[in-house]
Amino acid sequence: MTVAVFSFYLFAVVLITAAVLVITSKNPVHSVLWLIVCFFNAGGLFILLGAEFLAMLLVIVYVGAVAVLFLFVVMMLDIDFATLRRGFLSYLPLGLVVAGVILGEVLFAVGSWVPGRGVMMFDELVSAPDGMTNTQWIGSVLYTRYLFVFQAAGLVLLVSMIGAIVLTHRQRVGTKRQNIGQQVARTPANAVHPAQPGIGQGIDL
Amino acid sequence: MTFTGWFQSHLGDGLGWFVGTTVLILAIVLPVMVGVAMAVYADRKIWAAMQMRRGPNVVGPFGLLQTFADAAKLFLKETIIPSGASREVFLIAPMISFVLALAIWAVMPFDAGLVLADLNVGLLYVFAVSSMGVYGIIMSGWASNSKYPFLGGLRSAAQMVSYEVSMGFILVAVMLYAQSLNLSDIVMAQKGNVLGFLNGNVFNPLLFPMAIMFFITALAETNRPPFDLPEAEAELVAGYQVEYSSMSFALFFLGEYANILFMCALIPVLFLGGWLPPLDWAPLYYIPGFVWMLSKMAFMFFCFAWVKAAVPRYRYDQLMRLGWKVFLPLSLFWVVVVSGWLMFFTDKFATVPGSVTL
Repeated sequence: MTVAVFSFYLFAVVLITAAVLVITSKNPVHSVLWLIVCFFNAGGLFILLGAEFLAMLLVIVYVGAVAVLFLFVVMMLDIDFATLRRGFLSYLPLGLVVAGVILGEVLFAVGSWVPGRGVMMFDELVSAPDGMTNTQWIGSVLYTRYLFVFQAAGLVLLVSMIGAIVLTHRQRVGTKRQNIGQQVARTPANAVHPAQPGIGQGIDL
Repeated sequence: MTFTGWFQSHLGDGLGWFVGTTVLILAIVLPVMVGVAMAVYADRKIWAAMQMRRGPNVVGPFGLLQTFADAAKLFLKETIIPSGASREVFLIAPMISFVLALAIWAVMPFDAGLVLADLNVGLLYVFAVSSMGVYGIIMSGWASNSKYPFLGGLRSAAQMVSYEVSMGFILVAVMLYAQSLNLSDIVMAQKGNVLGFLNGNVFNPLLFPMAIMFFITALAETNRPPFDLPEAEAELVAGYQVEYSSMSFALFFLGEYANILFMCALIPVLFLGGWLPPLDWAPLYYIPGFVWMLSKMAFMFFCFAWVKAAVPRYRYDQLMRLGWKVFLPLSLFWVVVVSGWLMFFTDKFATVPGSVTL
């Protein structure tokens, strides 16, 4: 057994175990932590495929940013999994039907897939051309041949980001905000006035 | 013959590689640990000097062994795990902090060719590992099941995620200039890149603002003052470390300083020309590159300690404002400026390697 094969099975087994633990663990925070283990091992699988750029991006984006926010939200929520699981048996048939439909679709999609036909990159899987790293290769394809698709994907993300902000942002009345420019522009001339109150008198502010 | 090659010829292919690599890892980790001990001592001495005190001066000559004495004392303390804590997460958190702080050193080039893993995505590796560092803190904050650590963990997670964004843009500018993600290539791209005789991106007017911003972002990323909100002792006692004692606390402490030292090494690699002398002048190359690298690290560490002694702590909303409303737009705009300059005034992006013309 070579090192690569051993690493593949190691990453795959840990990934699937962690994925099962995501849905079975009792504590929601532990679920998210197992999900992070999942992401990390998927990054390991990418490295075995020779796609080190994607692996690093997966770790940076999913582990470093997305999962942190997940963890943030889940830590703040008061979720009791016991009450959530109460109707488990009554929902089980419906869940199985949904799972079966998705499984069938995946089987059809994978079964009819011929490598290299849908994606017009190269006719077969090849390694990067000489003198080019994996990263440069992805960039040179993404920003030339697939430029418009890539930009369209960016626009979709932009729209969803703006949508999320519009939906959650609310202007509360009566909040006090700091105006940094105003504070910096304040000088002793317009902030301090000397006063010499007489004995027994106060000053008017 | 390479170093691991020598082991492979004596011990066989697989075992030799394993032994050779393990020796190399130890050859980086042990000096880093000693460096951390010395950095803690240097930190305390520098603050003391700036506050007209003497600092540690009792244990060993000039107090040099003070850190080792502190570590030995921590070793002998009892490990306390709070009864309400989530045991596994509570114990794993400091290990994550410490292991990641050491793993990040794997791609650091100390001299030409003197690097453990010469990854072609080295800078992304650095970014990935440093962005995972937040888990040690957020997990410890949650697992302690106590208010102050939880608040400290939340603060720290928000702070590190916020500053990572602008840090990413700064790295993009540097890697556009060097046209590589490999740290050694980034250093070599700085050789004589300003006026033909100055080594280092920091002398380049286009990248100088990036260098300043990266220094400030590095302070925020490593939770150093003036951005040490996660452990602000006046508000949160010690933040996420409150419930930790003995070696689990020591792991956090060592990991934190290993991260700081790494940032002190990364700034020279990205902006100060790494192991190259500041001037591209032949006599300066007689000084070994390793010495240049270490002296630049020491200079950066002095700056880190200097900032701590000189600047008061930020308020949390001001910290967030600085990250999102000042640094993020500024670095994003500057990436556009740098890439526009490279596109229209240099021939760096006329073609990409391979055959695709732009």
